Amino acid sequence: MSFVHEKYDVIVVGAGHAGCEAALAAARMGAKTAIFTMNLDSIANMPCNPNIGGTAKGHLVREIDALGGEMGKCADKTLIQSRTLNTAKGPAVYSLRAQIDRRSYQREMKHTLELQENLHLCQAEIVNLVIKDNKVEGVITHIGSFFPAKTVILTTGTYLKGRIIIGDVTYEAGPDGLLPARSLSESLKKHGIELRRFKTGTPARINRRSIDFSKMIEQPGDEPIVPFSFETEKIEREQVSCYLIYSTEETHRIIRENLHRSPLYSGVIEGIGPRYCPSFEDKIVKFSDKERHQIFIEPMGLDTEEIYLQGFSTSMPEDVQHAMIRSLPGLENAQIMRYAYAIEYDCINPTDLKLSLEFKKIDGLFSAGQINGSSGYEEAAAQGIMAGINAALKVQGKEPLILDRSQAYIGVLIDDLVTKGTNEPYRMMTSRAEYRLHLRQDNADARLTPIGYKIGLISEERYQKFLKKQKAIQDEIERLKKKTIPPSEKVIEFLDKHNSSRIMSGIKLYDLLKRPEITYGMLREIDDEMPDLPASVTEEVSILIKYEGYIAKQMQQIEQFKKMEEKLIPEDINYDEINGLRIEARQKLSKFRPRSLGQASRISGVSPADISVLVIYLNALGRRRNNNEC
Amino acid sequence: MANIQDTDTIAAVATAVGNAGISIIRMSGGNAFDVAAKIFRGKGIFTEYPSHSIRYGKIIDPDTGEVIDEVLISKMAAPKSYTTEDVVEINCHGGFITARRILDLLFRLGIRPAEPGEFTKRAFMNGRIDLVQAEAITDLIGAITEKSSKVALSQLEGRLSQKLNRIRESLVDMLARIEVNLDYPEYDFEEVTINECVQAINGMAAELKSLVESFDYGKVLREGLNVAIIGKPNAGKSSLLNRLSGKNRAIVTDIPGTTRDVLEEYVNIRGLPVKLLDTAGLRETTDIVERIGVEKAYEAIDSADLILFVLDAQTGFEKEDEDILDKVEEYSYKVLFVVNKTDKTDEEKIKEIRGRIPEVIEISVLEDHGIDVLEKSILDYANKSGIDTDNHIIITNARHKMLLTEALDSLKSALAAADGGMTLDLISMDIKNAAEKIGYITGHEITEEIVMNIFEHFCIGK
Repeated sequence: MSFVHEKYDVIVVGAGHAGCEAALAAARMGAKTAIFTMNLDSIANMPCNPNIGGTAKGHLVREIDALGGEMGKCADKTLIQSRTLNTAKGPAVYSLRAQIDRRSYQREMKHTLELQENLHLCQAEIVNLVIKDNKVEGVITHIGSFFPAKTVILTTGTYLKGRIIIGDVTYEAGPDGLLPARSLSESLKKHGIELRRFKTGTPARINRRSIDFSKMIEQPGDEPIVPFSFETEKIEREQVSCYLIYSTEETHRIIRENLHRSPLYSGVIEGIGPRYCPSFEDKIVKFSDKERHQIFIEPMGLDTEEIYLQGFSTSMPEDVQHAMIRSLPGLENAQIMRYAYAIEYDCINPTDLKLSLEFKKIDGLFSAGQINGSSGYEEAAAQGIMAGINAALKVQGKEPLILDRSQAYIGVLIDDLVTKGTNEPYRMMTSRAEYRLHLRQDNADARLTPIGYKIGLISEERYQKFLKKQKAIQDEIERLKKKTIPPSEKVIEFLDKHNSSRIMSGIKLYDLLKRPEITYGMLREIDDEMPDLPASVTEEVSILIKYEGYIAKQMQQIEQFKKMEEKLIPEDINYDEINGLRIEARQKLSKFRPRSLGQASRISGVSPADISVLVIYLNALGRRRNNNEC
Repeated sequence: MANIQDTDTIAAVATAVGNAGISIIRMSGGNAFDVAAKIFRGKGIFTEYPSHSIRYGKIIDPDTGEVIDEVLISKMAAPKSYTTEDVVEINCHGGFITARRILDLLFRLGIRPAEPGEFTKRAFMNGRIDLVQAEAITDLIGAITEKSSKVALSQLEGRLSQKLNRIRESLVDMLARIEVNLDYPEYDFEEVTINECVQAINGMAAELKSLVESFDYGKVLREGLNVAIIGKPNAGKSSLLNRLSGKNRAIVTDIPGTTRDVLEEYVNIRGLPVKLLDTAGLRETTDIVERIGVEKAYEAIDSADLILFVLDAQTGFEKEDEDILDKVEEYSYKVLFVVNKTDKTDEEKIKEIRGRIPEVIEISVLEDHGIDVLEKSILDYANKSGIDTDNHIIITNARHKMLLTEALDSLKSALAAADGGMTLDLISMDIKNAAEKIGYITGHEITEEIVMNIFEHFCIGK
């Protein structure tokens, strides 16, 4: 070992979306942190789609922000188009989605890391983990220097033994023309970590000058721009448009005729790709009855002519790609700047992790992001901030922070990965959340900011502001509950105008707002005492009143759920000692070592009867221990 | 997912299921006394009875005032009870039919059906049973639950599970179609309209409702057997009914056509609840009132589980009997032929009848002869039909009924939400709840199923 550096509390391996959040969280919580990247110019890169948010993913960004993370802020600064999706489909699924200027985002994030106190940003490839007696001690760089650390977080994305596939051509590489991490996988295996092979892909990039936009449907952004971050008050910015086109019969013919040349079907690709994100040839094969598919044309930034073809990912050979793209309307003369590729990479089995994202078998080693089998920038960032927080808490000698399924999409994401495992890159969806009416993007701050404050990621100033907002929401709800309006001429006229049934006697504004056709904004017409409140407050007031019954029902379900989550299982439990357990359950429980009865009940192969037995055993154990203490 | 609800009040039949003379219903938990006070009428006020006392009284349905049974009720206040909670035990009559009616009443009043072994589990959890027994109990509960889940499974392997799976799959399909639009709004999948959902939900709600009702009205199992007594006028139908019920309910005279309507009587035949329908004598008639009675008698024949065709040994086999025989031919699978008045006749007449109908049960209501044989035949028939519950899918498990009722409530809530102009995300929440409840019975994890369904049926990609 040539050079031994000073010791760090937390070392983060990889500076993608997971790594950046992990490093910032740890450093902000006071841990002495270092973050390594193979290339300082590729920090927080978006090697695939140039956007952040969307359904469930937008929720994750809001939650990261509510905890004190960076993604939302960085996106707010660098977005070039913003849309609120699902506005007609209900409060649980309203979602923010933004097109991002990719380069600006990277620069912004890199600068944030550089400015962060307690954080050392360093370019180096980590080739070895130093682990002794199942405890992590540090990392070794490609140059051979040793960085001792109390904890290490792996956020290696798609770099581990990255292999790119274009048609019958394959070569070792990371994403976006970067180098792969060739050595770290061996080190992980050596320490008994199971590695698996996943696959993902990205479509081609086209030069804007070669595109005929007149054949496309324009998709402008929404006004006003709704920020991701609870701290961003307003974004006023000119927005750029995206475009929509449809694939043609010719496109489908080209693919069908060249299917034998697709590595997916010729067997070159071994990795498991995501079902929700199939390559275009997959779509043609699996959905052969569909005559056309949507393709979205998205700008990669303001100071580049590169255009991203969302929905057109492929691993076909170059000549087929060329023909496919030129068969699309408006792309007849397309000049391809980057060809589409599929990429295979090593990832771990997330069921080897605790809910804190620490390895069950290796003390102090955490992992987050795509290496855990997820896909998506937001999913990565969400795990990143949790790994960063938990590494820092571990250094402080404190209990880990576990968000459960009723608290946050982050909780759903991590619980799904760690408890159920995944056989394909995992994408967040609102339908994965049992309590999604509670896990709204508008109340992410109410759900998580007090937690962020408690662990030291939310400043006193921000917390006070948050409390003020919550009070404003409560005050306004109380006011609407108290204020009765009479069936005056003006009110009757108001009701008629909005197609709402007339009232015979006085009605509380609160009850009026419960009517689906009446919005909070409308009430101003008949309520001369309405205070001037920010949109974030009135939105919340409106949702809490309109959906009160449903929210109450959801809270009851959550209460039931919590009972199980809060029954913790001691870490040293010996499942072989419990006689009533079936053998399968005993094996599964021994392997997974769930944290709570709730988590245990979600492990496949553990039945309700097993849980009953476990409950009784735990009670007996608790009493025995109490007796011993007396 | 299992819930630990160690604070709610539970109830179950504590005696072995069967036609025992007495069944004991045990109720344990914080609400046990309040609920008992609502349904028990005896001397004094239940809540004021001292602990560890037994009282005589009646169980009544507080909504209708109907008396369900005469019972002995015992009260054991916490912590000196089996579970260390407030415990009420109700000793009621007869087989499980009465017990089940009382249990239903308790469930309606917010009591939860106890899981297998749950009383013992509570006894243990509350420290009533000492630590040495802990292991034995875990074994026991493991075994009981295993066994009961096996029973449940075998029950579910039949048509019930097919039906439930079909409903569940339809719900999941609908959810996937809703959810794909919620999760992938930028794609142009066909939007599910609220109207479409409402239509589909209405259909499924009706199916669930009939399943839930099958528990409430499950004929043989709960209400008992519907038995129609038919025959020509003055064959002795009403006398037979009176003999079986032991009361003088029907007007009995020697004048043919006295019973002009259908009379009902609930009787208990060796533990089997039976609803006897005494019908008007079947004959061609010009009397308007009597004709209405005859028509009603034919309706009763149609809906009855069992028909007792009463023949008159005194008159022998007459033209009227021949007509009736023709009429009931299509129901031959559910007819017992009874020859009454064997005391008032000679062998020839009986032979005449036997010549037309080989298998008859000969009785004399007057001399109380052959009634035993008839009762046994009715019982045998009930047992036989109880085993193959022909075309009906019947819910027999209280937990299933509860879950299906909850599923039905969720669907109703979805319909109400749709009607009230709520958004798809909320309607979807109700539908998912319904699917989840059914999933608890069929053992399916709904969230995962929806996601799989989306990936399978919709083309999504980057």
